[in-house]
Amino acid sequence: MQMRPILSTLRRHKLTATLLTLQVAFTCAIVCNVAFMIASRVQRISVPTGMAEDKLAVIQSTSIEKGENQQAQHAADLAALRGLPGVQSAVAVSYSLPLDQSESSRGTCPSKQALDRAEQINSIEGSGCMQPTQYDGTPGLINTLGLRLVAGRDFRPDEYVSTGKPTVAIITRALAQHLYPDKQALGQSMYDGDNYIRIVGVVDRFLRPNLRKPGVDDDSMIWPQRPDGSSVLYVLRSAPKDRQRVLKAAAATLLKINPNRLIDPGRVQTYTQIRAKYFQRDITMISLLFASALGLLFVSALGITGLANFWVQQRRRTIGIRRAIGATRGNILRYFQTENFLIVSFGIVLGMLLAFALNLTLMKFYELPRLPLYYLPIGALVLWLLGQLAVLGPALRAAAVPPVIATRGV
Amino acid sequence: MFTYYLELAIRSLRRNKVLTTLMVLALGLGIGACITTLTVLKLLSGDPLPQKSAQLFYPQVDPFPMDGYVAGETKPQPTMTYTDAMNLLHARKATHQAVMTTTGAKIAPQQANAHPFYSDGVMTTSDFFGMFDVPFQYGGGWTESDDESRARVVVIADFLNDKLFGGANSVGKTLRINDHDFRIVGVLKHWAPQPRFYSLDLGGRDYGDGDAVFLPLQSARAADMAAGNTNCFDEIKDLKHLETAPCIWLGMWVQLDNSAAVADYKAFLANYARQQIALGRFHRPDTGLPDLMRWLRDEQVVPDDVRLQAGLAFGFLLICVINTVGLLLAKCLRRSQEIGVRRALGATQRTIFAQFMVEAGIVGLAGGLLGLVFAELGLLGIRHQPAEYASLAHLDVSMFALTFVVAIVASLVAGLLPAWRACVLAPAPQLKAS
Repeated sequence: MQMRPILSTLRRHKLTATLLTLQVAFTCAIVCNVAFMIASRVQRISVPTGMAEDKLAVIQSTSIEKGENQQAQHAADLAALRGLPGVQSAVAVSYSLPLDQSESSRGTCPSKQALDRAEQINSIEGSGCMQPTQYDGTPGLINTLGLRLVAGRDFRPDEYVSTGKPTVAIITRALAQHLYPDKQALGQSMYDGDNYIRIVGVVDRFLRPNLRKPGVDDDSMIWPQRPDGSSVLYVLRSAPKDRQRVLKAAAATLLKINPNRLIDPGRVQTYTQIRAKYFQRDITMISLLFASALGLLFVSALGITGLANFWVQQRRRTIGIRRAIGATRGNILRYFQTENFLIVSFGIVLGMLLAFALNLTLMKFYELPRLPLYYLPIGALVLWLLGQLAVLGPALRAAAVPPVIATRGV
Repeated sequence: MFTYYLELAIRSLRRNKVLTTLMVLALGLGIGACITTLTVLKLLSGDPLPQKSAQLFYPQVDPFPMDGYVAGETKPQPTMTYTDAMNLLHARKATHQAVMTTTGAKIAPQQANAHPFYSDGVMTTSDFFGMFDVPFQYGGGWTESDDESRARVVVIADFLNDKLFGGANSVGKTLRINDHDFRIVGVLKHWAPQPRFYSLDLGGRDYGDGDAVFLPLQSARAADMAAGNTNCFDEIKDLKHLETAPCIWLGMWVQLDNSAAVADYKAFLANYARQQIALGRFHRPDTGLPDLMRWLRDEQVVPDDVRLQAGLAFGFLLICVINTVGLLLAKCLRRSQEIGVRRALGATQRTIFAQFMVEAGIVGLAGGLLGLVFAELGLLGIRHQPAEYASLAHLDVSMFALTFVVAIVASLVAGLLPAWRACVLAPAPQLKAS
């Protein structure tokens, strides 16, 4: 294919060619950044919690009686809930689960020396101490949630406390690595300012109720501590399809056992709903970003087709002459395709620079990381394909111009 | 002359139906996206009390220890301890002043077998209603002596009055809140400032319906009602006695009518901080006194996502405009011969320019109309989102007008280049070519 005639034609249509190049460049810049934002949000919403999410459902009960023995009520409630058909197991936690937003976290150090160091430098950063989430729950928590123990054991019944701090804990693998980077965490004693707490087990993952930043989102520990507040969250495990039915039965059962309680309908949820609620804004944003990226590509394709159509119509006579002196249909087709490829390529080169500039601006105003380089070739490929598709119709029409046009006047 | 151009433009647009449709569609999409996101942005960054916001200020002091303090960089705390709030309140240095926090109120209806339910509540002091110009339907606020004597009184919102008393005058009736009886002294007219500026850092929601009950702070605390958001800076024994605990949990608003009053209040706050440092209660000297709109900016009530969406929408519009420029240019170059003939018959460059601008304007107008449809669809979609502000997203008159301004400006900008190209075309070669 000879480039020279194409280039000289483009030089004669500087203005329209520049406009098309600009449009492709802006589209490239925006679509690359939008694609990157979509990818980082998809990554955010697909973070694993470590639990058997599709089997879990929760129901919150708040007692409105004062001074009763809350833990006896919890035990009675749990016994009744476990008796419901479809319920495989049930536990009570004080208030929180991963991605459920209410959180209790506490400063925890690998040793007393680390705490002294933290007090000396007046900061938890760099002292070796961490700020993990503290979960509690009745016996059977690990199995009900489906957490995977990778070292050590579950709590023994005699290790559970009703009030005050326990002497043992199970922590996540991430917390184990953060607290004891170069030794075995199992069997170590953590120090929280007053007490030593021995690590008896390590679970693979157990996400926090609130995401902070990727490095510490999995820093959690479980205490063998029974909830003792008037408000309690019951976690029910059942087959995925049974969850709605089980929840309905559970709410009725709880009110039958003791009607002096509030059950907030908003807190009778499957875990899937909890997760969707936490990421609701991200999901909206993903669909919006996706729609706008598609819209942009569509508008650009419109522009390319429109201009190509115009060019074909304008050059009908020239095409006829070329056909008359021996050019094949294929030649004409490829001519328009190459012309489009050239323009889109100019646009892509400019667009890549713009994409980086846009990314730098976004980094300044929003917490957005740097655009990874591999987005650029992917963006280029998409735009090349789009350009070729958009020009195909007009190019085929050009190829269909009969040579006899050359012999006719206008 | 204008009508003639109009006729020419419409004829030309009708000749290329597909191209015209594409231009209008693209422009409409871009405008629709812009107006939708702008409406949300305007809604979120709006002034909650337009008549009064310039006179309302939010005093800030900082009782935290020196740990982590960087002079000049650390901002004073967003809320106050009870001690500081009461000191500033009783100093009465402003025209109006009130202290407040949010709470969850458990309301037990009188009707048999009606279940108790939770509502959003505000615990505050008597000046709240006068300072924020809160409108009353029945009765009024409580008095300062009610604050002092911890009177069990309550002001309820219109929607709660509708729900419990069917909208009738309920002043004097009793409402059972958190197992204590409160006497209703006032019923509000609809009052829901957006955003709910007075509870930004106090644990309330930022947008949506207003609060349901307003209670005197001390009376509500005596009835064991919890504060919405508590942040402690020292060892605490229990959270029951918040009034004496080293915790910040109260916000304060003051009304200052002129700049002299503002300067005086600033000096008063700085002096107060110095005094407290001398007493050993404070360690950090910084104070703050942002006005309402400044406070909203400091608190970043407009989510980043919404700004991002608006930016994206404008990027979209930019590409749509470039697209329209390209297509209009193509159309006008294709009509070179027609232009040549018109010029040869005596049309001036100006007439040609005007003719093409009218054509661009018509495309813009059509794009604006279509954009309006898209914007309504977009806002309909937003109203179906579970966001706090969702139900408030409506197209108002000013946005309606803005749609057309944006549309016409965008299309005229897009039309400039093609119209200029058309009018500088030399007529002779065009005539010769045919």
